[in-house]
Amino acid sequence: MVKKAFKRVYIALILLFLYAPIAVMITLSFNASKSRASWGGFSMEWYAKLFNSPEIMNALQVTLTVAVVATIFATILGALGAIGIHAMRKGWASNMLMNLSHLSMTTPDIATGVSLMLMFVFMKVPLGMGTMIMAHIAFDTPYVLFAVLPKLSQMSPSTYEAALDLGCRPGKALTKVILPQIMPGIVTGALLSFTMSLDDFVVSYFTSNTDQTLSMIVYSAARRGIEPTIYALSTLMFLAVLVLLIIINKRTALEDVM
Amino acid sequence: MKRSSYAAPYGIWMVMFTIVPLLFVVYFAFTSKTGAFTFDNFEKFMKPMYLEALFLSLKLAFFCTVICFLIGYPAAKFLASKDFSKNKSFVILILIPMWMNFLLRTYAWVGILEDTGIVNTVLEFMGLPRIQMIGTEGAVLLGMVYNFLPFMILPIYTVLKKMDTRVIEAAEDLGANPIRVFWRVTLPLSMPGVVSGITMVFMPAATTFAISRLLGNGMFWLMGDLIDYQFREISMSSGQNFGSAMSLIMMVLIIVSVGFLRRFEDKGQKKEGTKW
Repeated sequence: MVKKAFKRVYIALILLFLYAPIAVMITLSFNASKSRASWGGFSMEWYAKLFNSPEIMNALQVTLTVAVVATIFATILGALGAIGIHAMRKGWASNMLMNLSHLSMTTPDIATGVSLMLMFVFMKVPLGMGTMIMAHIAFDTPYVLFAVLPKLSQMSPSTYEAALDLGCRPGKALTKVILPQIMPGIVTGALLSFTMSLDDFVVSYFTSNTDQTLSMIVYSAARRGIEPTIYALSTLMFLAVLVLLIIINKRTALEDVM
Repeated sequence: MKRSSYAAPYGIWMVMFTIVPLLFVVYFAFTSKTGAFTFDNFEKFMKPMYLEALFLSLKLAFFCTVICFLIGYPAAKFLASKDFSKNKSFVILILIPMWMNFLLRTYAWVGILEDTGIVNTVLEFMGLPRIQMIGTEGAVLLGMVYNFLPFMILPIYTVLKKMDTRVIEAAEDLGANPIRVFWRVTLPLSMPGVVSGITMVFMPAATTFAISRLLGNGMFWLMGDLIDYQFREISMSSGQNFGSAMSLIMMVLIIVSVGFLRRFEDKGQKKEGTKW
């Protein structure tokens, strides 16, 4: 009994450590006083300021555009990639593709950002929304791939063969037989990739000069000092990611997709 | 058209946006501004100022990893134990912050630790002197532990959860005391998770920037900050060669240390299909 109580207290302390700062941030975003030290009453002032700031509204638009476009491309590339890799015989090609995906996922963010920036600058591509979208597709796609691959291996190969035996063309068999079966994986992959894009700071920061995402705004504001508007923005961003994660977790156990 | 050819666009895209950019880093690291081959960028790094930044990055990342392990292992073990296994929401709760932007998490701490922040207000209220915390190594370390702790807990939890509990029962039946069971059975069997956890904490901790900028108040330069400075603060054309050399040094150090760690993983247990 004592042991059980100890375990509970320990986990509770860890959760307190993880959530206290977030709770503080959310509370302060509703604080009428600009000071962190005193509570000036409940206020939506900072949220109002947020929605009236053209800079932040523009960043919201950039963030959503990048996330949506990158997710669409990453989902198509990743799903097709998974179908292709699954159909391959085990050999150097499939090994190389898998290793490439692992490499991309384990490269530190800063290295991904810096290396893409170097390439874009060398090729004289102006750093902006376009380069940011390409960079996001690059780091999103492996997540889609790894969400779809397990669905493919769970699938029975005989259904596809049966469709072919019954006179179905391969293209039609793909859309009528394979696609419906791997759809849950594709949707999970798309949601994951959207979350990753929304949440990214480092890669966006290095691959865009002109267009700013919300997390880039948070960074430049944080360097100037604490600003309650940013608490409000952070609170909203936290809630957005939280909602997405709950949806993903409803579909597949979160710890399996990470 | 063969079905395996569907992987072609994926392969082309990944080569173009993963391999080719990394080759650019290598190219710029070994060339001067004029494009001539040179080792100058690496020689420049041998100055005490840069080596200190490297040492500090590795030191903070090392302590961060040790602290995360010491706090995270028991947490993972408790979560995987029977008392918590019925309720998965605790695991989810630990996972959620992993997906939150690290800037937001770090930013939250600035408001808590700064001179006019919450901790100091409470201290003053109790009649105690204020402590300056922002700008200390401790604050940066705290920020790192806070940011990366879930990355240690999750992989260890996953391995412990899958572990065959009969092995532990067998050790107990054969007369091993709990400490011996832990050292001889549980810990060795959980090594793959431990290795993943260490990699997932050490790598981002050693390459971070912004955490040191926000919580260290610009008092410390870590490798990430130096690289950021070369690419973002001074003009791209003069910083890119030295910046690339530093990125390359950092990546090689990380690849070597991860490779070194992976060797322990194989000893622990048959390799599982982890994708860390």
